[in-house]
Amino acid sequence: MAIFEYAPAPESRDVVDLQPSYGLFIDGEFVDGSGPAFKTINPATEETLAEVATATADDVDRAVRAARKAFGGWSGLPGAERAKYLFRIARIIQERSRELAVLESLDNGKPIREARDVDVPLVAAHFFYYAGWADKLAHAGFGTRPLGVAGQVIPWNFPLLMLAWKIAPALACGNTVVLKPAETTPLTALLFADICRQADLPAGVVNIVTGAGETGAAVVAHPDVNKVAFTGSTEVGRLIARTVAGTGKKLTLELGGKAANIVFDDAAIDQAVEGIVNGIFFNQGHVCCAGSRLLVQESVQEELLDALKRRLTTLRLGDPLDKNTDIGAINSAAQLAKIRELSDLGESEGARRWSPECELPSKGFWFPPTVFTQVAQSHRIATEEIFGPVLSVLTFRTPAEAVEKANNTPYGLSAGIWTEKGSRILWMADRLRAGVVWANTFNKFDPASPFGGYKESGYGREGGLHGLEAYLDV
Amino acid sequence: MAALRCPYGGGDPGRDRPKAPGLEVETLVGDAVVVSTVTSSLADVASSDAALRAFLHGLPGVDRVGADQRAAVLGTRSIKTTAKAAAIDLAISMVDLTTLEGADTAGKVRAMCAKAMRPGGDAPRVAAVCVYPDLVAVAVEALKGSGVRVASVATAFPSGRTSPEIKVSETGMAVAAGADEIDMVIDRGAFLSGRYMKVFEEIVAVKAACGDAHLKVILETGELATYDNVRRASWLAMLAGADFIKTSTGKVSPAATPSVTLIMLEAVRDFRAATGRQVGVKPAGGIRTTKDAIKNLVLVNETAGDDWLTPEWFRLGASSLLNDLLMQREKLATGRYAGPDHFTLD
Repeated sequence: MAIFEYAPAPESRDVVDLQPSYGLFIDGEFVDGSGPAFKTINPATEETLAEVATATADDVDRAVRAARKAFGGWSGLPGAERAKYLFRIARIIQERSRELAVLESLDNGKPIREARDVDVPLVAAHFFYYAGWADKLAHAGFGTRPLGVAGQVIPWNFPLLMLAWKIAPALACGNTVVLKPAETTPLTALLFADICRQADLPAGVVNIVTGAGETGAAVVAHPDVNKVAFTGSTEVGRLIARTVAGTGKKLTLELGGKAANIVFDDAAIDQAVEGIVNGIFFNQGHVCCAGSRLLVQESVQEELLDALKRRLTTLRLGDPLDKNTDIGAINSAAQLAKIRELSDLGESEGARRWSPECELPSKGFWFPPTVFTQVAQSHRIATEEIFGPVLSVLTFRTPAEAVEKANNTPYGLSAGIWTEKGSRILWMADRLRAGVVWANTFNKFDPASPFGGYKESGYGREGGLHGLEAYLDV
Repeated sequence: MAALRCPYGGGDPGRDRPKAPGLEVETLVGDAVVVSTVTSSLADVASSDAALRAFLHGLPGVDRVGADQRAAVLGTRSIKTTAKAAAIDLAISMVDLTTLEGADTAGKVRAMCAKAMRPGGDAPRVAAVCVYPDLVAVAVEALKGSGVRVASVATAFPSGRTSPEIKVSETGMAVAAGADEIDMVIDRGAFLSGRYMKVFEEIVAVKAACGDAHLKVILETGELATYDNVRRASWLAMLAGADFIKTSTGKVSPAATPSVTLIMLEAVRDFRAATGRQVGVKPAGGIRTTKDAIKNLVLVNETAGDDWLTPEWFRLGASSLLNDLLMQREKLATGRYAGPDHFTLD
């Protein structure tokens, strides 16, 4: 037995007032949906958290009409007035941060430490940041005319953060929104609806419609939507691009990734190891910009992998609400099946699989942190997005080879460079075809920094000044 | 559902276990933690100023942002109930109860020694008391047979600004007076001006003067300023024979920050993997609360591991910390805080 065992330190669920069922948020009111209700579960225990309404095409239409009705008044407000609402929302998010963090952890399966220290603070920061732009649009260089109604479809990996990335710039620019959260993680979006009411946001400015793919398709296809923003899989992104083509709707897509995290032999090894861990095991690897391909220089491969494996044995997997948990639950049975399938494939294609010894809970959806070595570029685990806690390790010999391998993917969302040599960082960053290049860090987000992909990782940028362009009639 | 911890060391056994005792390990080439620039044996590392410099500068760098971030995350560990109770007792047993004031007297030292042996209630005794050399005899007398060790600062503590001869003779006098442990300071001036061999030779000389006494080498990390320097100084001290590496004198701020302790823990971990010799770590200065102490234990637990979680290999240099530990200990046992006057001032 270890000398220093941490006792369970669960965050209290009592801060969250879970309703047995939730409706849609349309025109400032919670209303019933016309479709059959669906259950949202806690992926760590498989217990049902609540029943949630399904929005049909008719419901979506009601939501879009409410947004359209609200558009005139909202876009007509002086920017400084819109800013007041956004600032108010940001402050309420901070005030209710514990509630939001616990609910996010419950519905998503992510560790409370991450929901508390990363997700929710960034959500508030995004609203603060774009509140600041609302009265300064004339200085951003994209004009000041909003587009109209934005239809937004977001994924389950960062439910509230993706909502913030979508809603904050949309509202700052004077648009109104209809947002569809993912069917496995609708609860924080519905809590956000309550925050909008608390902030006295005019009715119809924000509408939340819940449901699965069909609801999302109805949002995207609605003829009175002027702008579509989607974060999710490349596959669905393609469908959306097809639907939207020729309609005049403005479109931004933030899709999959297969980021290379490149470690040179002169890297700060201990911090590189932390960066690798943070790159692929943060949020159970459910991160579109996850550093899922580790490219390590052959001359330090052995020592780096030893250090990485040693570090992985200290990861704490278990109850997401425990404040000391590092790795939470996989979000859904479907996702777990996909991770298992690709991992099994990795083994059968000849890569070597390694996980630290760790017991998985018997209930819920779990996958141990996994490292594949002896991975070749041709293996499917090196080319396909796994979206789970699975790292593929490849090697390189020269900087040029590192760039070549890093770019050799249909995706191009992010990349990481680990070296103590500044000139090499700049040389690499120039050549990497990825929207975000991190140097000596990974998965670092800031509302002031634009985020988005090359190639099949999507188009358009979210965040920063660049993020305004997507919501203005340029 | 309880947190399921992947047990430490469940991964690749043998990798970070001692390979051979002593410093005379044959070669470092190709070893896990050692940089590719090292081509000579570890014994040769200090064969010349140039070799020593090349070795220390060949160590992997430390990225400040990343190191601070890791220390901060470990600082969020929530240690409650039974874990907290165990941690408090472990922390008490690791305290080097210290008084290093110009106004120290035999009476003050005797009072502190009494507290060191019986801190209060059924709390364990502390690891050692730490005093100036001229008060070693007093402490030795007061602690006789208690198991509490006597540590003495030496080598012109805290600045270290005197001749090597005086440093060595001061060490010898403290040992002769019965000190079990010597806390020496390195010559930061020499270190910062790149004269690593001078620093190395002084440590070797003081180590020789220590005889059987354990040598703790104080790096005074607050004056070394960069984390790269902290790592280099750690290795330098270990190569020169330090039994312990210690962050600070307590006279300079910042003292034992979590990041610095983290880097030193990484250094002793890597040093053992490379040489098989285990070296202890002692953060000192600025550790005042139970929370600080527990954060230090978390750093040890998740960086160096179980092998360092004993008073033999990890110490907390502090004076006021002990009372806070005792206060929290009582709070855990009784459910309420007792007033400060329920804890003796010594």
